[in-house]
Amino acid sequence: MHEVTSPQAFESLRVNGRPVRRPELTIATMDHNVPTVDGPITDDLARAQLDALRRNCEDFGIRLYATGSGREGIVHVIGPELGITQPGMTIVCGDSHTSTHGAFGALAFGIGTSEVEHVLATQTLPQALPKTMRIRFNGTLPFGLAAKDMVLAAIGKIGVSGGQGHVVEYAGPAIEALSMEGRMTVCNMSIEAGARAGMIAPDEVTFAYLEGRPGAPPGAAWEAAVAQWRELRTDHDATFDRELEVDVSSLKPQVTWGTNPGMVAPVDAVVPDPADFGDPAEREAVERALAYMDLAPGTPLVDIRIDKVFIGSCTNARIEDLRIAAKVVAGKQVAGHVRAIVVPGSAQVKLQAEAEGLDEIFQAAGFEWRRAGCSMCLGMNPDVLGPGDRCASTSNRNFEGRQGAGSRTHLLSPAMAAAAAVAGHFVDARELV
Amino acid sequence: MRELRSVTGKAAVLDRADVDTDQIIPKQFLKRIERSGYGEFLFFDWVKDPAFFLNDPENREAPILIAGRNFGCGSSREHAAWALEDFGFRVVIAPSFGDIFRTNAVNTGLAPIVLAESRIAELREALAGENELTVDLEQLWITHPGGLRIEFEFDAHAQETLVNGLDDVARTLQRAGEITAYESTHAARFDTRALPI
Ligand code: SF4
Repeated sequence: MHEVTSPQAFESLRVNGRPVRRPELTIATMDHNVPTVDGPITDDLARAQLDALRRNCEDFGIRLYATGSGREGIVHVIGPELGITQPGMTIVCGDSHTSTHGAFGALAFGIGTSEVEHVLATQTLPQALPKTMRIRFNGTLPFGLAAKDMVLAAIGKIGVSGGQGHVVEYAGPAIEALSMEGRMTVCNMSIEAGARAGMIAPDEVTFAYLEGRPGAPPGAAWEAAVAQWRELRTDHDATFDRELEVDVSSLKPQVTWGTNPGMVAPVDAVVPDPADFGDPAEREAVERALAYMDLAPGTPLVDIRIDKVFIGSCTNARIEDLRIAAKVVAGKQVAGHVRAIVVPGSAQVKLQAEAEGLDEIFQAAGFEWRRAGCSMCLGMNPDVLGPGDRCASTSNRNFEGRQGAGSRTHLLSPAMAAAAAVAGHFVDARELV
Repeated sequence: MRELRSVTGKAAVLDRADVDTDQIIPKQFLKRIERSGYGEFLFFDWVKDPAFFLNDPENREAPILIAGRNFGCGSSREHAAWALEDFGFRVVIAPSFGDIFRTNAVNTGLAPIVLAESRIAELREALAGENELTVDLEQLWITHPGGLRIEFEFDAHAQETLVNGLDDVARTLQRAGEITAYESTHAARFDTRALPI
């Protein structure tokens, strides 16, 4: 749990005299509100919310990784990092991107604050049976592309409500070829297709990632656990309510142009014309989006000039993401008119990146190197875009005002964000390396 | 939670698809630790547009909201449901909802009703004559004084919660014995309190 969606749940527990049933199965961190620069918190409301989380965790006996503990970070980054996200588990959090944890073959989904209280009090949650969907990613992902391009393309295909009421299994050779970081990126964005959860069958990649992590089963228990986890695969003759195929062999890097993640196109495309959309509701939505984004139909995406770059969030701020971005910017300079920041997903990612010298590469190129947190993904802390600011962002939502009132967000992969920072406009990252 | 057996009143129409919870209540209002008082921030950025539906005085007093498909998609923030309820809405009718919002609405005492686009069109046609609807959560139908009656489906558990204003946690706690029985055969793999600092 985190500070934003938990205070009212604890308050209700107190009012009703309810204890937390299984405090040893819950973990808390500070991520949404925390500043990413050194120094005290100047926002009184944010501080009060963080203080409330600290007090609540103390009162109810819940382990909290507070700012400065060395293991804090975005809740969906630290769970896997600690090894407490494991195959076969049911994982919930008052946060829609809880779907991230499905990358390990866990059933993981976001819940509301009332449900957070329900879980704390009972360790259960009433659920209706979801529908099932499988998305198979076939082919080999072209060099230089990433999990983010795969999932953005899939959302472009099924739309932002295409997954509604479903739990999605991502399968196929292109998924199996992904690292755990990449798989987390894919599952993270499930909610952007409207799906409650996304999952990937655990395999050797999963086990190798988990082995030796603090929360992973130790010694003999490890072998027993892995044997059990190997069973967690979809039967060959299983049927799904809906099946979909995406061929990734000819995929191009993706960039969103609108105000939801389904409004996406390959980087070599142009901004679409509302007139080309048959459905009147869709046409109107595209018109609204283009007006908000201040984009004219027919504009090549590579001609769109950007003001800010954000490399961060629970979608793309793991060590692999930072390595890829650093590789793109190494020895280059951020364009003069661009302000670019890198916000590691957790304190551990930050440490690891610094051990590898990535912080120096970013800073030498003109990026700001920040402390871990959600940061500009939703701008609850001081990292906010100004009205009209256009941002290339590795996060997951390009909703109106998401990164600051009146701001304009374009979603893309870490390599593409890094390339945009250098070029000052969108560009196929492969042209830079 | 307040009981919600039946609601009669005006219906306000927000004719937009994919309205996400970031629009319903922007992030700067999520820093409060209280559960009430969010109504005044409902659709904070969109309300600045004089043509926005909530700026019509008639819509401001409506207890029923008719919205576009995929209403409440995006963030899990229950504050979105709290804001709608606090503003005065008791029912939202839409062709579809974001899954998490739908659950949050029920837990807030706000009824999320799914109706096909064609049925919503019928409703809106009737409302153009006289703006009044009755939504009956016990009978599961919507009626208009002009004679139109539209039945709808609603999850039985959610219906029970809303109609009786029940506390879902209390209901589950009555089944603590079953939970204990499950726990006795399913050992936990770790103890978060034993993890390294
Ligand atoms: S990084 Fe963004 S999407 Fe992820 S948990 Fe934080 S605010 Fe939510």
